[in-house]
Amino acid sequence: MTPKGSAWKFGDNISTDLIAPGRYFHLRSNLPEMAKHVMEDADPSFASKVNKGDFIVGGSNFGLGSSREHAPTIIKLAGVSAVLAKSFARIFYRNSINVGLPVLICDTDKIQTGDELEIDLVKGIILDRIRNLKLTFAPLPKVMINILNDGGLVAHIQKHGDFKLS
Amino acid sequence: MKFCETFHLPDPVFVFILCQRRDGKFKKKTVLNMGKSLSEIIISQHCQRDVKAGEIVLTPVDVCLLQDGTAPLAIRQLEKLGLKKLANPSRTVFFLDHAAPSPRRELSNDHKFIRDFVAQTGAQFSDIGGGISHQVINEYYVNPGDILIGADSHTCTGGALCAFSTGMGSSDVAVAMGLGKTWLRVPESFKIVVRGEFPLGVYAKDLILHFIGKIGADGATYKALEFCGETVENMTMSQRLTLSNMAVEAGAKVGLIAADKTTQKFLKEMGRGNKYREIKPEKDAVYERSIEIDVSRLEPQISFPHTVDNTRPLSQAQGVKIQQVFLGTCTNARLEDLKIFYEIVKGKKKNSSTRVIVTPASRKVYLDAMKSGYIQAFMEFGAEVLPSGCGPCVGVHGGVGADEDNILSTMNRNFRGRMGNPESNIYLASPAVCAATAIKGEIADPREFLTVKKGSSAKSSKKSSKQKKKK
Repeated sequence: MTPKGSAWKFGDNISTDLIAPGRYFHLRSNLPEMAKHVMEDADPSFASKVNKGDFIVGGSNFGLGSSREHAPTIIKLAGVSAVLAKSFARIFYRNSINVGLPVLICDTDKIQTGDELEIDLVKGIILDRIRNLKLTFAPLPKVMINILNDGGLVAHIQKHGDFKLS
Repeated sequence: MKFCETFHLPDPVFVFILCQRRDGKFKKKTVLNMGKSLSEIIISQHCQRDVKAGEIVLTPVDVCLLQDGTAPLAIRQLEKLGLKKLANPSRTVFFLDHAAPSPRRELSNDHKFIRDFVAQTGAQFSDIGGGISHQVINEYYVNPGDILIGADSHTCTGGALCAFSTGMGSSDVAVAMGLGKTWLRVPESFKIVVRGEFPLGVYAKDLILHFIGKIGADGATYKALEFCGETVENMTMSQRLTLSNMAVEAGAKVGLIAADKTTQKFLKEMGRGNKYREIKPEKDAVYERSIEIDVSRLEPQISFPHTVDNTRPLSQAQGVKIQQVFLGTCTNARLEDLKIFYEIVKGKKKNSSTRVIVTPASRKVYLDAMKSGYIQAFMEFGAEVLPSGCGPCVGVHGGVGADEDNILSTMNRNFRGRMGNPESNIYLASPAVCAATAIKGEIADPREFLTVKKGSSAKSSKKSSKQKKKK
């Protein structure tokens, strides 16, 4: 898998309230509709600008706050192929893998909005074609690789009947 | 705050600990890495073998918690898995607390969907007005040594009862309620040693805001916090729940407190004293980091918008005009919190430019507050008392701020947009600061209203220092 697309850069501490605002709580059973508001309180025009395959690039502690799995789900539904950040909040990180959204920990300081990125998920390499950057990202634990490769937690359990840790 | 750093060697049997002494010098110690932290004890008991921090394990789950914002997705995930039965219906608990009563037809339909599922599966259920999940689950379901998985980030509140209690998403909880198990990475632990007697007008909430301000909103990401020391030992269960509740605001997985006589007393009061067992960390348990906090000179604390770690002492916050005060949430809406607020506002009138909203944490708390006369006093003060539930903390209903409003709240997070409007500002504080502020209309010092009486924690701390001297 080598997704390609443009980067959308955000700052530190992007909370789940910024990703999936509480005022759209009533849309939690209508996720395609909720996805029209993804990242709305961080950038109100993001949902209309993002293209299929693009990347969200954050700073540190991306996804802090609530356990709402709706947050990574609507990022994925908006067509985003992966989220890159210097660090992730724990529950968001785990939820992202569970919904099949790659979350990659790397030094995102030099990446800017509009940069063309190419990611090799197997080799663990991120290429920034605009800035001629080659970044590496930390490997996931085996159990998370298994879940991600199966397309998320539900698909993983459907396939194996249980968690496959090794 | 003092920091002692621990360095793990590849050989798990020995570790070096570099400790900073009180004089500031560092001392290197080599210790046998044999003892278990609270997390390691609880997870080892579930896995029926000795587990250490860093291991990834498959573990049985004792209790599952879901609320109306996360349950519908979890139920749909369970249906996709084709699982028709729950592994443990008597300890799988659904709460309608986030939008309770429902303000919209979509949410009413979600509630109906949850009620139907509960009826089909025999799961436990707390309907609208029953209270906030984290309050009710600890009142009636969680026991020391349990593993609790909740589809809500503040599930970590259960750490106060020494349960390994952590928040996850809907899919994880769906699998846990279907299969009765989950996977976990056994966390490294930070030991937070709290000493000293709380000064007048300073509470557990100020301590945890101060701690998060120092360590940062991601300072403990993936770690387990263990709160200990004489101040924590002397805390009531209500205050302990406030501490554990906010562990996630430092990024932590759990915020554990050893199970002791206070835990036993709480369980007895809630009618399940037989579920008590003492759990304390082993003497030679290894902590990745040890942090000491002396609360004896701590001021009331305020978290400024828009992050919890943007904390300042009250002296640097006074004078900020406040349009809405909110006393509620899983952090600070227990009877003890309501009492602190009551002691300050009784017989007074709220400031005419400040709205005041109160949501008791549970039906039990609401009833007890009525019996104690608090609710009547709040109404006479000019506050609106809403049904037990999450209320305005979720940004759905019950007190959405206007653009540019400043809101002072007892809740646990102040992210932009949290209360439904990204153009309003949320400040966090204790119930006492909220009470003083509701009177003055701007962030105010509760100590002005607290001249003689001290909080129960201060009293109990005193008692314990005497006991200590005797020893």
